Order: sequence, then structure tokens, then C-alpha cells
Amino acid sequence: MISTSHGQRGSAFLHEVIGQTPDGERLLHCLQCGTCGGSCPNGADMQYTPRTIFAMIQANQREAVLTSNTMWVCVSCYFCTTRCPQKIPITDIMYTLKRLAIRDGLARHTDAPALAKTFTDLLDRYGRSFELGLASRFYLFNKPWAMLKMGPLGLSMFTRGRMALTPTRIKRIDQLQAIIQKARQLGGTQ
Amino acid sequence: MKYAYYPGCSLECNAAAYDWSVRAVAEVFGLQLPEIDDWNCCGATEYFSQDELTACAVIARNLALVDPQLDQVVAPCAACYLNLKKVDRLMAEDAKMGDLINQALAAGGLHYTPGRVQVRHFLEVLYSDVGEERIRQKVVRPLTGLRVAPYYGCQWVRPFKEVDNPEYPMKMDELLSWVGAEVIDYPVKAHCCGGHMTQISEPQAFELIRRLLYSAEEYKADLIACMCPMCQLNLDAYQSRVNSFFNTHFKIPIVYFTQVVGLALGLDMQRLGFGKEIVAARPVLEAKLHPQPAAAQS
Repeated sequence: MISTSHGQRGSAFLHEVIGQTPDGERLLHCLQCGTCGGSCPNGADMQYTPRTIFAMIQANQREAVLTSNTMWVCVSCYFCTTRCPQKIPITDIMYTLKRLAIRDGLARHTDAPALAKTFTDLLDRYGRSFELGLASRFYLFNKPWAMLKMGPLGLSMFTRGRMALTPTRIKRIDQLQAIIQKARQLGGTQ
Repeated sequence: MKYAYYPGCSLECNAAAYDWSVRAVAEVFGLQLPEIDDWNCCGATEYFSQDELTACAVIARNLALVDPQLDQVVAPCAACYLNLKKVDRLMAEDAKMGDLINQALAAGGLHYTPGRVQVRHFLEVLYSDVGEERIRQKVVRPLTGLRVAPYYGCQWVRPFKEVDNPEYPMKMDELLSWVGAEVIDYPVKAHCCGGHMTQISEPQAFELIRRLLYSAEEYKADLIACMCPMCQLNLDAYQSRVNSFFNTHFKIPIVYFTQVVGLALGLDMQRLGFGKEIVAARPVLEAKLHPQPAAAQS
């Protein structure tokens, strides 16, 4: 069911997604035109294109949506967002679905949550990203066999002075960590 | 002109060529780029997948740290650019989120008033603030005959549509033509490089990279000029892997647009970071460009 105003109509999952997405109310205006899927460089690899995902959200198929590969195939290119005739923030909705899937342990078919976790753990600790630490930890814990293929690439980056061997820590890491801790507390993600 | 500079993590090491060439080109035009003191990582796309409020607060710390005397920040990385701009807009448009972000910042003794800082990409600065006339005047080594594919990628042109055409941007095309390059009409110039998919799903990432390299080769581009370190890394560092995967033979140097502009300004190649790219640009540059004039500055 597609409702025309933001009220009690529409599924519980629809309102959950809307509530967690900036400007998410636009989702109520989806025309099911399919411009999003047609614009997606990875649409062919999605179990359900965004158009289908939006219909499923409206039909309250929470688990089917959150266990699908759709949002994990999204590369944040924003073609769908700029082309949507109804101005639905589609890329941001994909981020919301990623967060919900991670939070509820429903993420399937992807190493993306592990990459995100490794990346943000390093950021929380140092305040800067650390590519070597990211790559080695991510591959070691998620697909150690792929490290072999990455070796020559890493070496060619290193010989060109493009890979740091040690992380950089910002001066006021305590300040950043205090901000992160407070944000988690306010957002209920702690 | 003076702008707060947010280099972002990539420019510290993997994309040092971008950082060096931005600074070198800025110097020629008298642009000052003091770095934001103690800036932190913008979280790329990864923090938004985990925790929205924390992602925003981490980004907003950088906006809050901008020198109060300055009202513009320049970010050469398209992902950093988008994150800074997105959070500034979100805080302006969603008062509740703005308030929560400021409550988080307050835990670190900081505050940010949305709209106080304008977020700019270095391409915008060269294109609009320096402008055609001054750029043309400084060209000492016109890049005549050098066929360049201008590659914009995603996150500078989208989702905010005001900087250029989100489907078919033109500002880098124009800029490169001002310095004498032969700019090809690159059909996939605003298509995606795959972003972090090179780490997650190689077949998907490699196909997106293949399309970009294929089109550049079709149009006989000597090199691809890009404006984002993620794009450069994917197209350059993964080019040989893409070749093995598809049995192709691409050998297209991937450089930053600032390196190309710097060459035309007569700047030294090493200072511009040439040689750091994995698919070497020097052979094609030496074959195509006229010898450097004796009067050129270094």
C-alpha cells in the first residue's frame, strides 16, 4: 500500500526507514517508475532493484529486504538520487538499510560490514585512516587467501611511496573520542 | 585568496601526487591553503553504513575546526568534499540533527553553525575563482596534442547539482582546454569507479573500471585526468588486475587534473608527483609534449 501522507498508513517498516533517513518522507511518493534501477551501474547484480525494495518496504517485508544484497551492491554514485523524479534520497535510504541490517545481524552476502567496522575502528583509534592496517586486518580476518593477490599491488604502492607503514594519530585524539562517545550515547548506538 | 585546506587521509600518502600538485598549482596563482589544524578522517562511506549521528559528528569536527577568520574550506578528495558538504547541509535543513551533532561536538568543546563554512572542491576554485583569463596567462607549456580524458567520478557532481551538470559535467573539460590539452568528449566521465567494491567484490568493481578504461581507449586518450583519490587508486593500481581478469591490455596512465594543469604551468614533473602512478605517465608525456622551454619556472 502506498500512502499519500505521512501518517499511520503504510507499513511499520516503511515508517522505520523513513524515521532513520534524512528527508525519508519522500519515500511515500515513490511512483514505482524504475528510474533508480535503470540508472544503477550495479543494478544487474542486485537481488532486488531499489524500485522493488521500496515496494517490499511498503509491504513490510523487513527480513527479506534486510537480508538481500541490494544495499551492499550500492556504490554511492548517487545517479538514482539525482534522477529520481520524486526526489527520493535513494542512496541515503541504502545507508539506512545497511545500518539496520548490521544492527540486527541480518547482513548477508557481503564483507562490507567487516570493511566498515575495520575502517571505523581505526578512525576511532587514530583519527585518521590507515590503509595498510585496514587492508591487512580486513583481509586477514575475512579472506586471508586474497592477501596473496594483494601482495604485488601493495608492494608497487610501497615502492612508489604510496603506502605508509605506520598510522598517523591526530594530536587531540581524546577530543575526537569524546565526541564519538557522546554521539553514540545520543544516537543510542553505544 | 585564502582557504582552509582539508587534504583528507588519502592525500597524506597514497595520493601524495594530488596533494603536491594542488599546493604547487595554488602557489602559482597566489592561493593560500593553510591546513585545518588537527583535522580528522571524514569516515568516507564507511561510517554512514554503521552509525549516522557519529558519522556526522566526526565530519562536523573538521568544519568546527576551520579557522574563524576563514569562511571557505577546500577539499580535493571528492568523498571528503561530499561528506563535509552533506553534513553542513543536513545541519542547516534538519534542526534536530543539527542540535544533536552540536551536542556531540560540545563533548569536545566545539560548536559549528551550519552555513558558516562554504565547502569547495579545488576544481571549483581554479575554474571560478582564478578563472580562464589568469590561467591562460600562466601557461608556459601548452599541452597541444595531449589527448586527455576528463574523469569526474561521482561524488563531486552528485547528489548536489549546483556545481556542474550531474550527468555530463564540463568544468574540468574547460579547464584542461584552457591549458591547451586536447580534451576528449569522454562519455563515461561521471560514471562510477567502483569505490570500495575493489575490496568487497572484485568482479563488480573490475567491470566498472573496465568500462572507464575501455571508453578512454576507444577515444584514443593518452591519459585519464581524475579529481578523486579513490578513482585514481581504482583505475591505476587495479589496472593490471583488470587486464588479467578480462584478458585486456589497457595501459592508460591515470593522473590528477592538477598534475596536468601544473605541467602546462611549467612546473617540475617531480614536484607535481609524476612517477607515483603505477601505469607510468612519463613515456606518453615525453612523446607528446614539446621540450620544456628554458624560461619555465621550476
